[in-house]
Amino acid sequence: MPTVSVKRDLLFQALGRTYTDEEFDELCFEFGLELDEITSEKEIISKEQGNVKAAGASDVVLYKIDVPANRYDLLCLEGLVRGLQVFKERIKAPVYKRVMPDGKIQKLIITEETAKIRPFAVAAVLRNIKFTKDRYDSFIELQEKLHQNICRKRALVAIGTHDLDTLSGPFTYTAKRPSDIKFKPLNKTKEYTACELMNIYKTDSHLKHYLHIIENKPLYPVIYDSNGVVLSMPPIINGDHSKITVNTRNIFIECTGTDFTKAKIVLDIIVTMFSEYCENQFTVEAAEVVFPNGKSHTFPELAYRKEMVRADLINKKVGIRETPENLAKLLTRMYLKSEVIGDGNQIEIEIPPTRADIIHACDIVEDAAIAYGYNNIQMTLPKTYTIANQFPLNKLTELLRHDMAAAGFTEALTFALCSQEDIADKLGVDISATKAVHISNPKTAEFQVARTTLLPGLLKTIAANRKMPLPLKLFEISDIVIKDSNTDVGAKNYRHLCAVYYNKNPGFEIIHGLLDRIMQLLDVPPGEDKGGYVIKASEGPAFFPGRCAEIFARGQSVGKLGVLHPDVITKFELTMPCSSLEINIGPFL
Amino acid sequence: MADGPVAELLLRRLEASDGGLDSAELAAELGMEHQAVVGAVKSLQALGEVIEAELRSTKRWELTVEGEEIAREGSHEARVFRSIPPEGLAQSELMRLPSGKVGFSKAMSNKWIRVDKSAADGPRVFRVVDSMEDEVQRRLQLVRGGQAEKLGEKERSELRKRKLLAEVTLKTYWVSKGSAFSTSISKQETELSPEMISSGSWRDRPFKPYNFLAHGVLPDSGHLHPLLKVRSQFRQIFLEMGFTEMPTDNFIESSFWNFDALFQPQQHPARDQHDTFFLRDPAEALQLPMDYVQRVKRTHSQGGYGSQGYKYNWKLDEARKNLLRTHTTSASARALYRLAQKKPFTPVKYFSIDRVFRNETLDATHLAEFHQIEGVVADHGLTLGHLMGVLREFFTKLGITQLRFKPAYNPYTEPSMEVFSYHQGLKKWVEVGNSGVFRPEMLLPMGLPENVSVIAWGLSLERPTMIKYGINNIRELVGHKVNLQMVYDSPLCRLDAEPRPPPTQEAA
Repeated sequence: MPTVSVKRDLLFQALGRTYTDEEFDELCFEFGLELDEITSEKEIISKEQGNVKAAGASDVVLYKIDVPANRYDLLCLEGLVRGLQVFKERIKAPVYKRVMPDGKIQKLIITEETAKIRPFAVAAVLRNIKFTKDRYDSFIELQEKLHQNICRKRALVAIGTHDLDTLSGPFTYTAKRPSDIKFKPLNKTKEYTACELMNIYKTDSHLKHYLHIIENKPLYPVIYDSNGVVLSMPPIINGDHSKITVNTRNIFIECTGTDFTKAKIVLDIIVTMFSEYCENQFTVEAAEVVFPNGKSHTFPELAYRKEMVRADLINKKVGIRETPENLAKLLTRMYLKSEVIGDGNQIEIEIPPTRADIIHACDIVEDAAIAYGYNNIQMTLPKTYTIANQFPLNKLTELLRHDMAAAGFTEALTFALCSQEDIADKLGVDISATKAVHISNPKTAEFQVARTTLLPGLLKTIAANRKMPLPLKLFEISDIVIKDSNTDVGAKNYRHLCAVYYNKNPGFEIIHGLLDRIMQLLDVPPGEDKGGYVIKASEGPAFFPGRCAEIFARGQSVGKLGVLHPDVITKFELTMPCSSLEINIGPFL
Repeated sequence: MADGPVAELLLRRLEASDGGLDSAELAAELGMEHQAVVGAVKSLQALGEVIEAELRSTKRWELTVEGEEIAREGSHEARVFRSIPPEGLAQSELMRLPSGKVGFSKAMSNKWIRVDKSAADGPRVFRVVDSMEDEVQRRLQLVRGGQAEKLGEKERSELRKRKLLAEVTLKTYWVSKGSAFSTSISKQETELSPEMISSGSWRDRPFKPYNFLAHGVLPDSGHLHPLLKVRSQFRQIFLEMGFTEMPTDNFIESSFWNFDALFQPQQHPARDQHDTFFLRDPAEALQLPMDYVQRVKRTHSQGGYGSQGYKYNWKLDEARKNLLRTHTTSASARALYRLAQKKPFTPVKYFSIDRVFRNETLDATHLAEFHQIEGVVADHGLTLGHLMGVLREFFTKLGITQLRFKPAYNPYTEPSMEVFSYHQGLKKWVEVGNSGVFRPEMLLPMGLPENVSVIAWGLSLERPTMIKYGINNIRELVGHKVNLQMVYDSPLCRLDAEPRPPPTQEAA
């Protein structure tokens, strides 16, 4: 969930009133936001870098507000204020207008070289804007928030904003060999080639995260003006030449990306949020984008879409009984201008360009419910009549674990993920023989594979509890995972029961007795006849030679028991003899 | 002990005594260690009212080791005096005697001896008087005889300064007859025996009283894991509410069932390598229900079922990628898909509690795997009010009655609501679960009828368990680093019972 940090006093000034922290928290809750933290720049620096560094930092109160991940229109102070003011019916939702310029329209021409790397671009102009320091900071911050969220760390969309007065159109969006791109990037004093830049930014704590997007591509995307000035090399860096400042009056905005829909949404969000500060409030100057196929489109789209939803559908989905007029009013408070039309039961809802999250009637239903107030909805119980059933494997597990405890064994709960070493090397088995599923992106060795046996987890549990009085008697009934090409995903869980006895003597008879007890509980009689169980001398690398037996029950092998090999005991950092038992309980269902 | 010979002696002496006797005096009279008498007193006390014993502390003078030596062999000065023959002794030789140094100066100041420095072979010491009184020895002998009071305060303190005397505090008992005094104390039985029962001798025998303040001996037993005890209770609650358990025994899932089927777009951050464990082997799902896959693809990329869709290029390769399921909702999706294939539709209530996996940064409350609890109801015409009603019943069974609901965003539910409950200890509202109505874009491609709504909610098993058992570090609860003592000691899990009041904060 993205967090937006705004200055409290600035927020209250824009809201036209002040709130206590509790009142504002309450307002956020109602609206689906969360006042996550009340802090200040000074506090943040002090927390992260200590009091010394924090000295002199601003102690203006900051509100950190958690915003739902699909509400891009609430990612800056301007949007938050507009949303809350409309919600509280203090203002009417502004209407955003795209206007044609008096003079020539700004043009961005996309060449076909971009197709393989970053094929889409959209653009717009904010004319006669008036920044202040706070507004300018908010403008930069919004771009950063969009980059981190909807833009997926610039992979899907990257934003460039430029001082239009320093440039001269038409602009060209193309892709070139890195060695052929040379310009002075933002906040540097000299020109570099793209190759050089990629090297320099490898150590840049902020930019290094974006390099991978184009790094290994033969051509890099780049935007030029008609004089060959580089506007930007998306998605990495803008040119220094056209950088905007607090004093910039006319802004050229370009968004390039691999996802056309998202590029359009991002452009719409930026211009709707900041056209508030244009001389003609909430108007955005159009720009023309010419695609490689020669077709030309005008942006921003700023599309208003009309949806029709029946009032009784909303009432039925939410569980309320409101008149269509009231529902229309509720929706209007959610920035969705609505009116009752037709037979008096239809509500026509206008979806503004800021609400890209509304893609289905259910989104409209939700907004009606939020405006109604979730906590005002009457709670009722559905009349759904059902008979409950347990999942048979879990039912058996539940029954068994209680009797395992009654037999004096204590239940452990170990991880399903572990290292290759745990299930292979430490047990004297080759990893290829385990048929384990392997994880491709583990952060540490603890998450290399899914376990194929419960034994390592129990031995590690003993190792972590060596100070406890002996004997240690542990068990676990849980799932292990084995590759299996007969299932749709290629792997299958098996429910295993594992028990270990750890003491000064191996206690094979105790583990053996436990097996006898388990079989008694499962109503499996001793004996080799069909339906019975028997243990037969066997061997396994994890067991001491001559002290291992395979367990056969109901005509199939279900597991092994025995005294662990001293090498296994040592590798799990244990010092005492230990016997163990592990069976698959699936066959006993 | 109570019937030991000392106790018997003590009782007999006490019977003969006038009012009472002192334990130290008795020890002296009997010529035994005082400690033995004290033991007898204590064992008699344990019998109840046989005797009364009052603890007294008295001060007494005792000789030090050196004092004992002097009482026995005379003071150093006396020993020096005695060692000088009439013809005198070389001073150097005298100084070599054990008492030489101290004895010489004292004998000099007592004017018992003199030194002749004119002798040819060095200074010589001669007696001055023929005999002397060894006053120090006499005084110490008095003390040894228990007659220290015959010495003056000044004399005693002089001897103490010379470290020959010490004052010690003696704790003694003043023993007198108790209300149930008797000299015939019979041996107390410790336990009832089969013989006593058969012979009936228990009727005549006194029994040693139990100390009810002592702890009992804990039974040898196995123990269930606290987290799984809580899991059992949650299962119980769902079963009481008529919910059927879904199969969840597949940790490995395809991206399709884990994400795509839930209308979670392929660029969603949760599908990032940083958040999800993907598999190297088996890297891809072998089979997907292709008809259904096509409907899912269309809904993502073009929309449909009343939806705008996400309008992006949906890729089958991405959907095939295998992973460790990030939520049990993938199992719910499979269950709902199976339900949709059965015609006609029958309403269901489902639940599951099982492990899920996240490739997350680990801390005191987050592990790479945890248990998710999920409840699902599918029926015609379910409302948000129904969801809230079911949640109210569910949480009431957990002992949580104060609930409120916050609008939230989940990719596969709309409307969505986070569930908050008022935490008495923290004095604030804390999130206890997440819930919502599954999106039509998820349900309709499965083939569920249009007027069927599915409400669902989920929470983690670990969090309520940590709160219930007061555990701050999740590693102490889950995984091999578990504290077994905590497992042994953990009480029953009764979710609706009043929790034990939290321990009072100790001052830092």
